Amino acid sequence: MSLWHFLQTFGPRLLDGTLVTVEQFFLAAVVAVAIAVAAGLMKLSRNLALKGVAVIYIEIFRGTSLLVQLYWIFFVLPLFGITLPKFAAGFMAVGMNLGAYGAELVRGAIQAVPRGQWEAAYALSMSPARRMRRIILPQALLIMLPPWGNLLIELLKGTALVALISVTDLMFQSKQINASTYLSAQSFGAALVIYYILARFLLTPAMRWLETTLRRRQERS
Amino acid sequence: MDETADYPLELTGEDVPMVRFLNVTKRYGPLTVLDKLNLDVAEGEMVSVIGPSGSGKTTVLRMLMTLETINGGVIYVDGKPLTHMPKGGRLVPADPRYLRRMRANIGMCFQHFNLFPHMTALQNCMEGPVQVLGLPKAEARARSEELLEMVGMIDKKDQHPSRLSGGQQQRVAIARALAMRPKVMLFDEVTSALDPEVIGEVTNVIRKLVAEFKLTMLMVTHQMGFARDISDRVCFFYAGRIEEQGPPDALFGNPQRERTQQFLSAVKDAG
Ligand SMILES: Nc1ncnc2c1ncn2[C@@H]1O[C@H](COP(=O)(O)OP(=O)(O)O)[C@@H](O)[C@H]1O
Ligand SMILES: [Mg+2]
Repeated sequence: MSLWHFLQTFGPRLLDGTLVTVEQFFLAAVVAVAIAVAAGLMKLSRNLALKGVAVIYIEIFRGTSLLVQLYWIFFVLPLFGITLPKFAAGFMAVGMNLGAYGAELVRGAIQAVPRGQWEAAYALSMSPARRMRRIILPQALLIMLPPWGNLLIELLKGTALVALISVTDLMFQSKQINASTYLSAQSFGAALVIYYILARFLLTPAMRWLETTLRRRQERS
Repeated sequence: MDETADYPLELTGEDVPMVRFLNVTKRYGPLTVLDKLNLDVAEGEMVSVIGPSGSGKTTVLRMLMTLETINGGVIYVDGKPLTHMPKGGRLVPADPRYLRRMRANIGMCFQHFNLFPHMTALQNCMEGPVQVLGLPKAEARARSEELLEMVGMIDKKDQHPSRLSGGQQQRVAIARALAMRPKVMLFDEVTSALDPEVIGEVTNVIRKLVAEFKLTMLMVTHQMGFARDISDRVCFFYAGRIEEQGPPDALFGNPQRERTQQFLSAVKDAG
């Protein structure tokens, strides 16, 4: 079967899968960012309970495999009465896992803002919350944007695992096509190329655009 | 809890100083940086603090800004305790809320300016008045523009700090601190990070403040000539104590203590 014929036959299914992958990516990214900001701030908190929760969360989700976490959320949580549809279980697992890594980026970036910035805000009598929101976070955001670019690529690649709980993403479709045609090189080759295009030609330029836009708005060049 | 419980809840009577350090002790771990410091600064007075590196000059300002906690004694500002608050008829260590309210009386300029890089000069000045004092934007803007005018930076009000020279940044930082209308201004070696040719533009602003505002000021500096010119009083710090203090002409012209003489002749040789 020629490559052209292969694409004509299976292109629509690959496209369907790609759309599901993109959906999984965006939803997981939202979950990851929300968790990263919350856990990153909690880890810096002086409240020992908050800090403890964040440390334990980050430890568990970084210290164990994403695939095992995915299976836990999809297969084990129902035993405790929490049942998520597979689509939700997929992006939640990926988002919660990468969110733990993101928390360290948030924490590191906040700590990388020069001490003098805290002190100047403090000397203006700003409250801790206002200091964080108005002075520290805008600067931390610029610091953490490049590593977030890498993390989001990891997140995109991580979404391929949701195929294992039968979310019909790009990986799932490739596996199905391979199973029915035995055209492994074409099936998985197509997946490879599409993941690469998503990461390098969409995600990376988008992050770079975001960074230059923010930098220009903050005029720090 | 400690001896400060019996200190006065507030200072009353004639001649209440704007700032009073009363037996203030500061330790970093085992190192006692300041031991029972007593220092008054009167309202409207300009006091310069000089002394060798490591003698505790910065620490004095940072304690007053409440950037550092103290380990003994009480600091009063405008007659009210700063580091402590009255509770049940005694003084107890101040909580963050009380500290935040009290330190609004104090403004500080730092050696490295510490302007907010993501804001323009004007936004830097408006930030405190709008966010902390709750002034309407228009009023905060008018106040900030007036101060930027005073420090000679009105032309650059829409520039970000990265576009400004060190001297220009420091002048904006002075305007930013003044925009909060503090009763006490602190300057910690505000010209030390500057190129020699722009030091004058910052010292001129401080001169103007002394001449035009009835502000209480405490200034750490290595510029002896400048300190002599504008101070009402000069304090020479040595190893965490005030070794000698007095009117500038007396302290510079006729120092009494040997360490003061040594320090002044060493600085003279260096400069
Ligand atoms: N955060 C800190 N931790 C430990 N020691 C400190 C700290 N800050 C200052 N010191 C010490 O306190 C002493 C006084 O410091 P400082 O007030 O900065 O002196 P100065 O401003 O006169 O040069 C020095 O011995 C310094 O090493
Ligand atoms: Mg110093």
